[in-house]
Amino acid sequence: MGGRDRRPKLAVWKFASCDGCQLTLLDCEDELLALGDAVRIAHFPEATRGRLRGPYDLSLVEGSITTKKDVARIAQIRRQSRRLVTIGACATAGGIQALRNFAGQPGLAGQVYPEPAYLDALATSTPIAEHVPVDFELRGCPIDKRQLLEVITAFLAGRRPQVPAYSVCVECKLAGQVCVMVAHGTPCLGPVTQAGCGALCPRFDRGCYGCFGPMETPNTASLASPLAACGLDRGAIVRLYRSFNAAAPAFRDESFRNERD
Amino acid sequence: MKKREEVRTLPEDGLERLIGLVRSRGYCLVGPTLRDGAIVYDEISAVSDLPAGWTDEQEAGRYRVKAREDAAAFGYNLGPHSWKRFLYPPRTQLWQTTPTGEATLQPVGAAARAVQELDFIGGSTTPDRPFAFLGVRACELSAVAIQDRVLMGGAFPDPHYQSRRESALFIAVNCSQAAATCFCVSMGTGPEVTGGFDIVLTELLEDGSPAYLARAGSAAGESLLAQLEHGPASPAELDRSRVQLDQTAGSMRRELAADEVRGLLAANLEHPRWDDVASRCLACTNCTMVCPTCFCSTVEDHTSLDGTATRTRSWDSCFSLDFSYVHGGSVRASTRARYRQWLTHKLSTWHDQFDSSGCVGCGRCIAWCPVGIDLTEEVRAIASEPGDRQETTS
Repeated sequence: MGGRDRRPKLAVWKFASCDGCQLTLLDCEDELLALGDAVRIAHFPEATRGRLRGPYDLSLVEGSITTKKDVARIAQIRRQSRRLVTIGACATAGGIQALRNFAGQPGLAGQVYPEPAYLDALATSTPIAEHVPVDFELRGCPIDKRQLLEVITAFLAGRRPQVPAYSVCVECKLAGQVCVMVAHGTPCLGPVTQAGCGALCPRFDRGCYGCFGPMETPNTASLASPLAACGLDRGAIVRLYRSFNAAAPAFRDESFRNERD
Repeated sequence: MKKREEVRTLPEDGLERLIGLVRSRGYCLVGPTLRDGAIVYDEISAVSDLPAGWTDEQEAGRYRVKAREDAAAFGYNLGPHSWKRFLYPPRTQLWQTTPTGEATLQPVGAAARAVQELDFIGGSTTPDRPFAFLGVRACELSAVAIQDRVLMGGAFPDPHYQSRRESALFIAVNCSQAAATCFCVSMGTGPEVTGGFDIVLTELLEDGSPAYLARAGSAAGESLLAQLEHGPASPAELDRSRVQLDQTAGSMRRELAADEVRGLLAANLEHPRWDDVASRCLACTNCTMVCPTCFCSTVEDHTSLDGTATRTRSWDSCFSLDFSYVHGGSVRASTRARYRQWLTHKLSTWHDQFDSSGCVGCGRCIAWCPVGIDLTEEVRAIASEPGDRQETTS
């Protein structure tokens, strides 16, 4: 087959984010060597200074768009990428930093920076898919390691990733986990949140706080009554939805509804 | 050897010895145990693993364990688990392939395709140890009988289910109380255990301590009971056992008109109530996951970096969009269509398909629905104001 390296080129890109999602790739400790055999790591500054020129076969994009420079850079990355997969709540929904979309950026910046005038940022934090076409969105804050490997191995095999869009409840029930809301009265966003974490919080006796964003058909209005029965007032419900996926439309609209009504 | 039908009194340590006997015969004994604030089914090894002194209180969308004033070991109703978790596990590996040697290029028409020799490994159809189930209720035995028809009744029995099912031992218990969510009486499935068991127990309380009556329902059950010293149950014990069952049946608050519902739902496919329930339904799948008869599954292929490919079957639900996905989209895109599919299948078209209702009246779907949707209430709402039959459009 000659000496030419036919392995696909993998690139990892960062926008406004905490790096936790791309770190998930390095967390694949047992699989990392096999992954290095299967792909060429072409651009991954968190792991290596070595860089290969584009185009790239698979780009993993972390982070949200928060500056004008971001807008131009993501367009360029898209042009160089055969497949572009966004990873994590920042890239898929705008992240925790999308709280600025609700409060207004100048006001918030003044609370954090002594000289906010030096900042050159957009008024909103937005997901990558609002700027360029995205081939697949992988949810989570952070993303789940098994799901990341699923997306990469699916790409390598040319098959569709098995990343279900149903609720966290399915994962709880498959695991035999007792429902924390029905049996303990713990507020839980599981019924309106997309699966993928393996029901991590309920398995540790906590309610889901929605870090994988809305499931495929989220009926947030109906979930309001059991949340209230668990002792959450309107303000608490607003805060529950306004976290890592605050700007995901279903969660954003439900937080507005609870603020308004 | 005593007559199989005879009801006997177990000695004081009878239950402990029965548990030991079953385990010594190589069974994986699964029974009720208190965990994470609920009575769930898990492997047990002694009477001390049972939820003695605990019960549950249930309502639509609500379940709580509560201490009892006595030491009854089976004085609870039903928890979130059902036996399908063991007979029809949430995930089953169907088969796996691993590559052997290097891939080679072979001509396919004018092009070439990489071809690789594969080792094919079928997933094991048998459990490591046969299961013995302790504390099985009458409605649950009916549910197992329904899954038998679905998974073994046709021309192509499911080998995974069949091997687990046919090697399993059922030690049933008559219910001594009903939860507020129970409606087995109206479904004709309980509370008395009448068939499908190897041994059936009745728990009677003497000054707060449990004593057990036992009856064998199979040769396997008889051979176990034969190893325990026991005498025939006294007329007084039999009488108390009957009273207990009557009280349980009499205390049931919910009901479903099992005979009428089949035609009622079929004639009301466009009833406005479907919109009403869709506004409340979360499409979260909890009702189908806790249902002891729901059997829908999906088959997924996974590939790994070392070239292994695995085909797995997992529980799925008619409430997920992917479940009805065909080329171009989901057939049942609205929650209204999906809830209607679930309820009409469970209570109406199940008869056409499997010659029985798909519901046994266990009430799990009522208790474990986060928003407390109660199918008996939905049926009643439709029955109270039936609409005209129309062509379905969604």
